[in-house]
Amino acid sequence: MTALAARADHRSPEEAARRRRVRLTLGALALLCVLFVVAYLLYDVRGSWAYAMDLRGRQVGSLVVVGVAAGASSLVFQTVAGSRILTPGVMGFDALYLLVQTSIVFVFGSTTFMMLGTGERFLVNAGVLTLFGIVLFRWLFRSSSHNLLVLVLVGVVLGSLFASLTSFASRLLDPNEFLTLQDVMFASFSTVALDLLVVTAVVTVVALVALVPLLRYLDVVDLGRDNAVALGVRYHRVVTLTLAVVTVLVATSTALVGPMLFLGLIVANLARQLLPTHRHTDLVLGSCLVGVLCTVAGQFVVGHLMDQGTTLSVVVNLVGGIYFILLLMRTVRL
Amino acid sequence: MSAPTTTRPAATTGRGGVRRWHLVAAGLVLAVGAYLSLAVGASELGLAELLSPSEDQLRILTISRIPRLVAILLAGASLSVAGLIMQRITQNRFVSPSTSGTVEAAVLGILLATLFFGSTSLLGKMALAIVTSVAGTLVFLTMLRRIRHREGIVVALVGLMYGGVLSAITVFLAYQRDLIQYLDIWTTGSFSSVLEGRYEPIYLVLLAGVVGYLSADRFTVIGMGEEFATNLGLNYQRILYTGLVVVSVMAAVVVVVVGTIPFLGLIVPNVVTLLLGDNVRRVLPVTALAGAGFVLACDVVGRWIIHPYEIPVATIAGAIGGVVFIWLILRSAGGVPA
Repeated sequence: MTALAARADHRSPEEAARRRRVRLTLGALALLCVLFVVAYLLYDVRGSWAYAMDLRGRQVGSLVVVGVAAGASSLVFQTVAGSRILTPGVMGFDALYLLVQTSIVFVFGSTTFMMLGTGERFLVNAGVLTLFGIVLFRWLFRSSSHNLLVLVLVGVVLGSLFASLTSFASRLLDPNEFLTLQDVMFASFSTVALDLLVVTAVVTVVALVALVPLLRYLDVVDLGRDNAVALGVRYHRVVTLTLAVVTVLVATSTALVGPMLFLGLIVANLARQLLPTHRHTDLVLGSCLVGVLCTVAGQFVVGHLMDQGTTLSVVVNLVGGIYFILLLMRTVRL
Repeated sequence: MSAPTTTRPAATTGRGGVRRWHLVAAGLVLAVGAYLSLAVGASELGLAELLSPSEDQLRILTISRIPRLVAILLAGASLSVAGLIMQRITQNRFVSPSTSGTVEAAVLGILLATLFFGSTSLLGKMALAIVTSVAGTLVFLTMLRRIRHREGIVVALVGLMYGGVLSAITVFLAYQRDLIQYLDIWTTGSFSSVLEGRYEPIYLVLLAGVVGYLSADRFTVIGMGEEFATNLGLNYQRILYTGLVVVSVMAAVVVVVVGTIPFLGLIVPNVVTLLLGDNVRRVLPVTALAGAGFVLACDVVGRWIIHPYEIPVATIAGAIGGVVFIWLILRSAGGVPA
């Protein structure tokens, strides 16, 4: 890595200016995040402060975890897939999480399922999802790596297939078992349980730490598979490890708020537009900040200003869907 | 990958393709399914009882079982035919009512009817649903023209996303009026609520089907492009709109009476075309039979798995349809040299 260090000393003025701009943008994003978190906590508190802080603290906590997880996972997934329109959400990953959860209840029964604590339950789910996800995505990346759009379409259809299978399995369940499942599956973040929040937050932090040493290699993977291999990166190992981290992050965000199809897509693309850099350390950090900003500010508007008139996921789907169509139409004109 | 090349000559020579025994076989399969559909249920009916039912059994048959069978056959046939027509008009194998916003627009129409006109009749909802689904499909066709590169897969993606945006709008409106639960009922296709007196509007698809069949050859021609069709002396716009209305009426009527059945309009015509070639007039009756048979099978299976309860047909069709759709995508991707 001495070569890298040497290059860093001889930066051109443009490069230095760009670095400054990246740092400024990141600082501004962080500041905005803090502002919105504080605003969310303090806006129009009536009645008991202790109660409001407890409730809103948990809500903000889960929003932050979701924003960070969605931001980081989508950005590195885009790099690995080599495309701006591919994110775990678009590829049906969230739907897969729900399917795994339902299948576990279906196979082992709800009593076994509930005997596990929140933490163990989450770990079992995330573990199964990670295994599944890696197998599935390795297969997809290998079988049709030349046609990106095929991959996206398969992902979208897989998402709806998983949703159908989930609904199929849940119909086969005993109504009592289904009730316990429903509590777990539709954990709305307006009343998120503290223990689940703690578990997901810890897992997210661990996943992010595991991601840090990979970021440098992802800069090279971004150049494409052949270039990365030629430059001496162990491509398959990096991709597999990254995908493992991505599945864990998706599991955390889905466990907290359920599937949000387009959140990652919007966040990762916004981050790439805001930051004129290809360094993944900066990009991932920026993507996490944009993610937090989107979820906290979005929920602030939806929850406080619009008085719960709608839900965040509806807004995200609406905005994200239109954005995705525009992206597709532009991509095709290339 | 050798199978499709063997079917193509049959289609171009105009003979072979659809043979009479295909229709006979499809008819026989359908008859067995129809018998099962009449017999399976909370109270079982044997063959003897079907032929000479007691008074109670007769009531079960006329109030529930026969309407249900009719609705299944019509819904399956019409959605498949709608898919076939759309695929010919746009010359794109991945277009169908459920991948182009038509169905989602119809659901939006039902919601609007409920919001603005209170508890309207089935016919009122249907009228508005037809209007919105024509409009929704029109928007999709306009988008289709904007995309210069009309690769099948891109179009399917844009269509699916467009449908997603439409349903996000629907959910947005429904959430504010606390109608989410109703939305769930409309969007999950199920025949369990099909009873005498509540399904008759579905006969409207027969009318649309006749119009579609009579214009079948013209759909084939305009699928070859606007200039080609105009050169042959056809009024391109008028035929395009005929097709549009036929498809939208079919989709909207089925959504109002039954609910949505995912991927049906996509997979059935594709599989039939793969096997039998792509002459609309020849393929249309087989497509209708196959669609009816597929939905019938899904429904009988759904009623049988957790007897005496039932699984909505949309769930089963969605699971099977998703797998077939993915197979079709990978197949078409594999066919193109990378």
